Amino acid sequence: MSGSKGLNRQQMADLAARQFQDGWVVNLGVGIPTMCSNTDIGETDIVYHSENGIIGYGQVAAEGEEDLNLVNAGGQNVTLKPGAAVVHHADSFGIIRGGHIDVTVMGAYQVSCGGDFANWKLKGQKGGGIGGAMDLAACAKRVFIILEHTTRDGGSRLMSACDLPVTARGVVKLVATNFGLFEPTGKGFLMHQIAPGLTVDEIRAATGAPLTVVDNLPVVRLAG
Amino acid sequence: MAAKSKVVGSFREAVADIPDGSTIAFGGFAMPGAPFNLIQALLDHGAKRLTLVGNSTGGAQRPRMPDIGMLVENGQVAKVICAFTAATRPTDPIPFTKYYESGEVDAELVPQGTLAERMRAAGAGIPAFYTPTAVGTELAEGRETRVINGREYLLEYALPLDYAFIRAARADTFGNLQFHRAQRNFNPLMATAAKCTIVEVDEPILPAGAIDPDAVHTSGLFVHRIVRVPPAPEGLWPSKRQERR
Repeated sequence: MSGSKGLNRQQMADLAARQFQDGWVVNLGVGIPTMCSNTDIGETDIVYHSENGIIGYGQVAAEGEEDLNLVNAGGQNVTLKPGAAVVHHADSFGIIRGGHIDVTVMGAYQVSCGGDFANWKLKGQKGGGIGGAMDLAACAKRVFIILEHTTRDGGSRLMSACDLPVTARGVVKLVATNFGLFEPTGKGFLMHQIAPGLTVDEIRAATGAPLTVVDNLPVVRLAG
Repeated sequence: MAAKSKVVGSFREAVADIPDGSTIAFGGFAMPGAPFNLIQALLDHGAKRLTLVGNSTGGAQRPRMPDIGMLVENGQVAKVICAFTAATRPTDPIPFTKYYESGEVDAELVPQGTLAERMRAAGAGIPAFYTPTAVGTELAEGRETRVINGREYLLEYALPLDYAFIRAARADTFGNLQFHRAQRNFNPLMATAAKCTIVEVDEPILPAGAIDPDAVHTSGLFVHRIVRVPPAPEGLWPSKRQERR
């Protein structure tokens, strides 16, 4: 990941996390999304939910202070905030299917401008890794995706249509990449923020669907 | 209540009567709540043609703990029902994937919430249910769906179990259980879905009544055998030595 252009992994997570609204219940998926719980979002009051039944967790536990029986979706040892609760898996997915999650943030291989995304199966693969992604994608109020804008060979991960098997259709509201923040509009992607050091033209060339930009396009604010 | 204690002296004894062809679920999500000692006993026991149920098939940690992949390697498994036959990161392959791809073992890939609810349903007398999960995906192809109040749902069937292997923090002799933090995960559901639930317990087993009735997470009603995990190295514990690769 290092060496690629634009934002690093934590900065991509920060970009997504800064779109959370006060009072939201937020579910974070494996990989870069789990880094959203490290983002300083000031006074914003967020409840982090993990699919394994943890409601109200905080940052990753400091070295030596881990509870080995307390993990987030990625298996990292996390801490609990005051007010936290633990439920079993059926209740945890009842929270998900019941529409009690304001946003789920997930990684993906591809996302389409129609709001489809693919994150469980590679081309030609037998089986795959679904985890809780299909439940979350189908039932959370919003889906945010964090992914590298391009593949290792330079192909775009933001496409007109996914060519991998999808996880859900028409559900993605926002996409944070190393190049900026994008909204699938059905016809293309609307860029809301641009990463420092990039131009709209080079992002357009690296995007597999029509790209439009908001007026007075803001540059992504970096922490620190 | 019942005077007969459910405490069993060893893991070997706890799994001794498991016949070939059984359907067995393993609790746990990542390390917490995973019944490593019972899985090791099942490896030693050697029961064959098993159908195993679990969130994942293991192998994501080093050093590796007893897992579904090892039972496959040991020639004991016919089929696995799980939410991952492959790792989420293709650069981090898990051992199970190659056995599945080569056809050595069969698998049924199920979304995690559906997997949990199928076992909850089995334990609660619900034969099937409709869920919005996986609608419009490859997993729903050719399967029964129904539109209810304008939304499409997929029919999923209950998943009854012969055995559930789970881990808990505390138990009393009646089998009432408490889990610590993320240990809980699938474990209470698997206990309700199984004809025989076998629990490995972290702490010394308490006399019946020592756990406040309001604080019981899983009733002893659902628990049949309890084994105390001895201290390491005899007992297998999650430890900081198991780092994700």
